[in-house]
Amino acid sequence: MQEKPIQHRLVIVGILSLMAGFAVVTYSSFREFLPELLRGALVTIQVTLGGAMVAVAAALIAAVFKMYGSLFGRWLAIFYIEVFRGTSALVQLFWMFFVLPYFGITLEPFTVGVLALGLNIGAYGAEVIRGAIQSIDKGQWEAATALNLSRMQTLRRIILPQAFVVMIPPWGNLFIELLKGTALVSMITLGDLAFKAQQLNQNTLRTVEIFSLVLIMYLCLAMIITSLMRALERRASRGLVRGRAS
Amino acid sequence: MNQVDNPMVRFENVTKRYGSHTVLDKLDFEVAANEKVAIIGPSGSGKTTLLRMLMTLEEIDDGIIYVDGEPLTHMLDGDRLVPANRKHLSRVRAKIGMVFQHFNLFPHMSAVNNCIVAPLTVLGLSKDAAYERAAELLDMVGLGDKLDHYPGQLSGGQKQRVAIARALAMRPKIMLFDEVTSALDPELVGEVLKVIRKLGDAHDLTLLMVTHEMGFAKEFADRVCFFDQGKIAEQGTPEEIFSAPTNERTIQFLSAVLETG
Ligand SMILES: Nc1ncnc2c1ncn2[C@@H]1O[C@H](COP(=O)(O)OP(=O)(O)O)[C@@H](O)[C@H]1O
Ligand SMILES: [Mg+2]
Repeated sequence: MQEKPIQHRLVIVGILSLMAGFAVVTYSSFREFLPELLRGALVTIQVTLGGAMVAVAAALIAAVFKMYGSLFGRWLAIFYIEVFRGTSALVQLFWMFFVLPYFGITLEPFTVGVLALGLNIGAYGAEVIRGAIQSIDKGQWEAATALNLSRMQTLRRIILPQAFVVMIPPWGNLFIELLKGTALVSMITLGDLAFKAQQLNQNTLRTVEIFSLVLIMYLCLAMIITSLMRALERRASRGLVRGRAS
Repeated sequence: MNQVDNPMVRFENVTKRYGSHTVLDKLDFEVAANEKVAIIGPSGSGKTTLLRMLMTLEEIDDGIIYVDGEPLTHMLDGDRLVPANRKHLSRVRAKIGMVFQHFNLFPHMSAVNNCIVAPLTVLGLSKDAAYERAAELLDMVGLGDKLDHYPGQLSGGQKQRVAIARALAMRPKIMLFDEVTSALDPELVGEVLKVIRKLGDAHDLTLLMVTHEMGFAKEFADRVCFFDQGKIAEQGTPEEIFSAPTNERTIQFLSAVLETG
């Protein structure tokens, strides 16, 4: 338990030095490409954040419907989960961008990116939430029933706060999947990091510098997500860890 | 002999099966208001199932359970009894509280919050009122100085006392105790029994406890029921059951328990 954060910090220091070294060696290209790439990174971050919100909301709704919904609600949740897990994110993205307009629904590229990627990750997240909820001891439900809490009150006050701690690490993985998946939005004209990289590459043909820089930038974003999730996990488990301390 | 005029709890012809295994078979059972009933019997005889059905944690397969003069498992539809819906269950269940063998405290909440959450969300009490009630009850069970402790920071005996306070915070008329000292180290049993004894002095609480603490049952209970294979094999005052049991199985059980205990 004690070692992990230290190892983690060492890795961060390593990456940072690698980046610094790289920056020195390719100082001119670094200065040349970075502003444009940062602008792309901003879009990548926006799509990731938006997608994450959509994913969590969709996953929570789908999980609760699948477990406690009416027959129709359950069916709807299963349909959503299976469709979005069973088809590729790229196809979902294209479908929303190119096919929906035929049904009279035309969305901004940014909206499509956030929705498609969010719903895609949300389908996996629904199963994560379901698993976390089911991992909570049955005795917790029974105690809540004995106290006359309704099912939804039990879920909200008793079960989800405990399940939350369990599902932070898998959600960390999903958010990183989401981040990597955002590269797909470059295919629907969104100027994200991957898009800018391709554009710069076509214009300058300095492939090595550009894609090395982009690689490191994605890596940094992923590490930020990892650190944030670690911090969240520490915070959320404080009460429970204190609980286990005895 | 145990026919009472206005029973607080009445099982009428209640049957419970798990698959093809009949756990309780056409059980008739009554508890008077304010009566303290100890339920004893061998493992697997259906004692826990009895309490869980009363707490609505298990559905019954046949018969009716009445609580405080009205059906619990059923409700009136015109003048016909139909299986209770969620709303009815919730309304009648409000009269019952339960304490479990393994405490089942909410580990993410402090002792006082364990006692507050239901009064707040179910009864709609204000934060102040709920806190005051919880603090008073925790004080009553001897944990007035542990309000902000989390369950994991408490001993088994302390946890079980929080669980008792938590149930009492809902002001039930009936309290169910299912082997609440079985999971405790021997030296912690006394502090929990002491609290239950205190509750026994309250004049408006009906108490059903499944227990292996024969000594406690003997001095505390108004009536002792010996369960065997899903039926009440024998019941009576503690003196009758412990000093002069007539049923063969009761005699066997008691001699086995008293030998090891
Ligand atoms: N959820 C269940 N599924 C199947 N059988 C059960 C279940 N719960 C209890 N039983 C069975 O019902 C019988 C009575 O159990 P229980 O009420 O727990 O007995 P006691 O509390 O007297 O030891 C036992 O034979 C037990 O195996
Ligand atoms: Mg039992």
